[in-house]
Amino acid sequence: MADFPLLTTLILLPVLGAAVIALLPRGRGELVRPVGITVMTAVAGMSAWMLTQFDLHDAGFQFTSLHPWIKDVGISWHLGIDGISLFLVVLTAVLFPIALLGVVPHHDAKSYTAWLLLLEAGCIGVFCALDLFLFFVFFEIVLVPMYFLIGGWGYGERIYAATKFFIFTMAGSAFMLVGVVATAWLHHRAGHPLTFDLVQIGEAQDIATNSARWLFVSFAVAFAVKVPLFPVHTWLPDAHTQAPTAGSVILAGVMLKLGTYGFLRFGLYLFPEAAVWAAPAMVTLGVVGIVYGAIVAAVQKDLKRLVAYSSVAHLGFIVLGTFALTTQGLTGGVLQMVNHGISTGALFLLVGMIYDRRHTRMIAELKGLQRPAPVLAGVFTVVMLSSIGLPVLNGFVGEYLILIGSFVTRRWWTVVAATGVILAAVYLLWAYQRVFHGTPDEANASMPDMVWSERLVMAPLLAAIVFLGVYPKPVLDRIEPAVDRLVAHVEQHSDFHQPVTGRIPQARAAGEHE
Amino acid sequence: MLEHAWVIPAITFTSFWLILFFGRRLPKGGSEIGILAVGSTLVLSCVMVAQWVGRAKTLAVGHGEEIEHIRGPVDNTVRWFTSGQFRVRVGTHVDGLTVVMLFTVALISFLVHVFSTNYMEGDRRFTHYFASLSLFTTGMYVLVTASTTLAALFGWELMGLCSFMLIGHWWEEKPNSNAALKAFFTTRTGDIGLLVGISILFWAAGGTFDIAKINQAALSGQISHTVLVVAACALLAAVIGKSAQFPLHTWLPDAMAGPTPVSALIHAATMVVAGVYLLARVYGVFWVGFHIPDGGFNFVAAVGATTIVIAAVLAFVQRDIKKVLAYSTISQLGYMVMALGVGAWTAAIFHLFTHAMFKALLFLGSGSVSHSVHSFDMVDDMGGLRKPMPKTFATFMVGSLALAGLFPLAGFWSKDEILLGAGENGYKVFMIVGLVGAFMTAMYMTRCVYLTFFGEYRGHGHPHESPLPILGPLYVLTVFSVGAGLLNAPFTHEWFGKLIENETFFHAGVATHDFSVPDALISTVVVLAAIGIGYLLFFQGKLPRGVTARQPLARVGYTFLANRYYLDHIYTGGVVGGISGPIARAAYWFNQNVLDGIVNGVAIVAKKFADWQYKYIDQGAIDGTVNGSGHGAEGLGGFFRTIQTGRVQQYGALLFGATALLALALVLTV
Repeated sequence: MADFPLLTTLILLPVLGAAVIALLPRGRGELVRPVGITVMTAVAGMSAWMLTQFDLHDAGFQFTSLHPWIKDVGISWHLGIDGISLFLVVLTAVLFPIALLGVVPHHDAKSYTAWLLLLEAGCIGVFCALDLFLFFVFFEIVLVPMYFLIGGWGYGERIYAATKFFIFTMAGSAFMLVGVVATAWLHHRAGHPLTFDLVQIGEAQDIATNSARWLFVSFAVAFAVKVPLFPVHTWLPDAHTQAPTAGSVILAGVMLKLGTYGFLRFGLYLFPEAAVWAAPAMVTLGVVGIVYGAIVAAVQKDLKRLVAYSSVAHLGFIVLGTFALTTQGLTGGVLQMVNHGISTGALFLLVGMIYDRRHTRMIAELKGLQRPAPVLAGVFTVVMLSSIGLPVLNGFVGEYLILIGSFVTRRWWTVVAATGVILAAVYLLWAYQRVFHGTPDEANASMPDMVWSERLVMAPLLAAIVFLGVYPKPVLDRIEPAVDRLVAHVEQHSDFHQPVTGRIPQARAAGEHE
Repeated sequence: MLEHAWVIPAITFTSFWLILFFGRRLPKGGSEIGILAVGSTLVLSCVMVAQWVGRAKTLAVGHGEEIEHIRGPVDNTVRWFTSGQFRVRVGTHVDGLTVVMLFTVALISFLVHVFSTNYMEGDRRFTHYFASLSLFTTGMYVLVTASTTLAALFGWELMGLCSFMLIGHWWEEKPNSNAALKAFFTTRTGDIGLLVGISILFWAAGGTFDIAKINQAALSGQISHTVLVVAACALLAAVIGKSAQFPLHTWLPDAMAGPTPVSALIHAATMVVAGVYLLARVYGVFWVGFHIPDGGFNFVAAVGATTIVIAAVLAFVQRDIKKVLAYSTISQLGYMVMALGVGAWTAAIFHLFTHAMFKALLFLGSGSVSHSVHSFDMVDDMGGLRKPMPKTFATFMVGSLALAGLFPLAGFWSKDEILLGAGENGYKVFMIVGLVGAFMTAMYMTRCVYLTFFGEYRGHGHPHESPLPILGPLYVLTVFSVGAGLLNAPFTHEWFGKLIENETFFHAGVATHDFSVPDALISTVVVLAAIGIGYLLFFQGKLPRGVTARQPLARVGYTFLANRYYLDHIYTGGVVGGISGPIARAAYWFNQNVLDGIVNGVAIVAKKFADWQYKYIDQGAIDGTVNGSGHGAEGLGGFFRTIQTGRVQQYGALLFGATALLALALVLTV
């Protein structure tokens, strides 16, 4: 089985599924969802199998497949995953079927499902690509299905939101294209054969310091838009609010991570020295995002917009952890990417359920929902607490690793970031109070509770929230070798050194006697 | 059992899930599971106390000649996860302090459960209520058995969550829901301190969360003093939030919005004493950080002392019996914090223990009263209740006198020890503050007892004595309120103090003092004087009537107190209002107008440019030549154009063109 091109299959299977759906005759519309669900479940199953086959002692890339693509310019189909991308691929593979199952499109299920499948292929591709050009292609491809999902199945001002989303990320990508081409060219000029291969360029480190810093900036702009970092985040609330529920789930759960993942894989790995150079600016932007996002979230009148702004705050934490450049910070950052995908994905599903029932997302029009829908309220509470970072739920482990990891290198930034922990409680609990507490009026009192199919959709997310909170060890054990390798790589190619904690206190002064 | 302390929180945690899923289907709505679970933890905690008393394994502490052998703590930890040098262990650490806390929590929680079966009967969310009680108790169990700061944080946060659920139990009414939020936010504000403090100590102590090691590192001078001061200040912020110390005490009186048995649980044995417990547990950090052994003045003692007086004054102007007790709790917590600040470690824990008994008694007593008169307003709806409710009256009297600190009831011994410690350790000023506090405590309780049980009945209906499930817990607590103090009296050879002393206590060299008759006499005289003056003022009506109407200064003072020092106005209007109001609105305005304005502005300019380009270049110059071959492409493009109106391709093409030029320039010049 070792030679089985697993990652290639993970990417091509959804594409194949999309093609099958596109070719289905018009009269057989009832086959669309079963085909989509089967393909997505198969991908999820294969990713689960991959999880079991992953060698946790190997810090390098696994399941690699390398085929020349455009030989003349050194572009190849180079895929591979390590501990950093492993869980992002699994997260993607798990979130998509949940999003598809959890939300039934109100029209044209055929194109909707096909776009979702293409989106899945693109997202998995981004996390697997080890070739700069291939990465760029996947990074761009995901925009198209998302654009059509928002534009075609969204709400209200969906065209404005979709266009804004597209243009913002396109503008960022333009910078990245410059970066990609220039990186390959400068690497070539330093005396290497022309290649777009990430590993070759990353290991050679043959780009002049100053150029590398400029290239880092060009990549950083693209990733900053995607994350999104303050002040280029304004596309996110609009896109989220107008997107269909499944779109929001994928956008928050998976697509925002393209940016933070990009920082790790292409920022830190390709340009370690430049990453150290830019770290103060990056952590500052991260911390600003934490506080700013939380404060703005507090005044939102629309529940979905509130969750969208909370993403700005959460992603700020991930950026802080990433550019703290310590093992704990990076590990926490990677874990938090997964956590945020689960929690925020679940929150969007819940908000979608409320919207389907009440046809409004305005907090002021919702009241006392805990009375007619106790199960929905209970699930919402758990997900909210996970998002707040309550201990023994998943959010805490990631957030605290980030805080403790950045505390050693960025003390004051961390203290400010810690206030974000409180602010998160403020905006979410306050919203919870307004939506679920109080005496419901007539419209709210008759709202139906979660049905069994919805409970089944939420169940895996809740299980993940609790499992990652109680027993994060298996996940951290797999993330850490790759993170260690990355930190060592950064240390090797820059003057940065991860602080080592001082003396370990001796065993207790007095011994025990029987 | 000492090695398996984790069983205790595990039992109540299991009970939480059982009640949640099966409670509704059971005849008693799940309360039987809760009572059984907490009852078994009570039995187990008694077993643990007995095992601790009989523990043979000892630990040698001290230096040179003065080596002493004390009972060794029992640790049982497991690795939770690892990340680099970050090895996270969680587990249990059992010593005398732990077993005493476990017993106190289990006893109070058990009695509260029993009391609630009758008090909460017929409640809409009866099952949910008992599930929350189980979880709440679990939180406190986790905290007191925690061997690491991180495990302690779990319990700490779990209680914060449960307090939100229980204070807001009747969330249909806005004030209750608000009180729940306020409790959560205020304590969570202090939690920034806890997170920061834990992180500082983790790195400072050489990468460990182990509380014993942190204490050890702090006391042996391995951690620089500056770091310890910062860490101690951060942790003190958490204590101030959780234990409702000035100036973050304002959430506690509001928390009365919850059901009365919950108030008893929160005030007596869980939640608010968590802060005091944390302070006592990581005492080494405070001991060195704030120079506690040096005497004179320190921050911890000052916070406690301020709280004693500030809260006691407010207890005089309350009409609601539960609010009197709430301010009294704040004041008594001030005693505990002050005791720890002046180095009277044993006294602080002892006071925590006795206070748990009589405060739970008083709260449950007030619950019994309100059960009968359906109100908490002493002025309008009570009075003369000693006749219809003699049993409640008798137990409430014992509780009040124990709180006032009258010989030989529980409060006398513990309060006296605190005052003695303050005096002997060189904190004379704080001893005087403590005496003033004792005076005020005795006086406001006199007022409270008078308004509730004496005079004429002012309410409606016919008050009646409460049934046994309510009175039973009162009787048990009465016994403890009378007898608990004797556990650490001179004639029991300070049995309690010996029971709880731990290695930190010895490594720090905490001073202990023998019972002093003159000091005890002084405090007794003060208490008697306060009761006497209170009797004259309230019972005999010697209170100058209408003083606030005639005296402008008194009126100002009264208004100031009635508004609780305006702290709530500052928090709600200033801090919360500021953040959720102007600041957040300003940030959002900035977001919508400045940031988005730029975005939209750029978009408009780009669109104008694209229009111009389309009109003159595309259509004018290029199109002419392509027209012939363009028909096929038009069909395809038309398909896309039906869906999109944003002319995305044009913007995209424009951007790509621009950047391609940029890329070319960069590559050629570098």
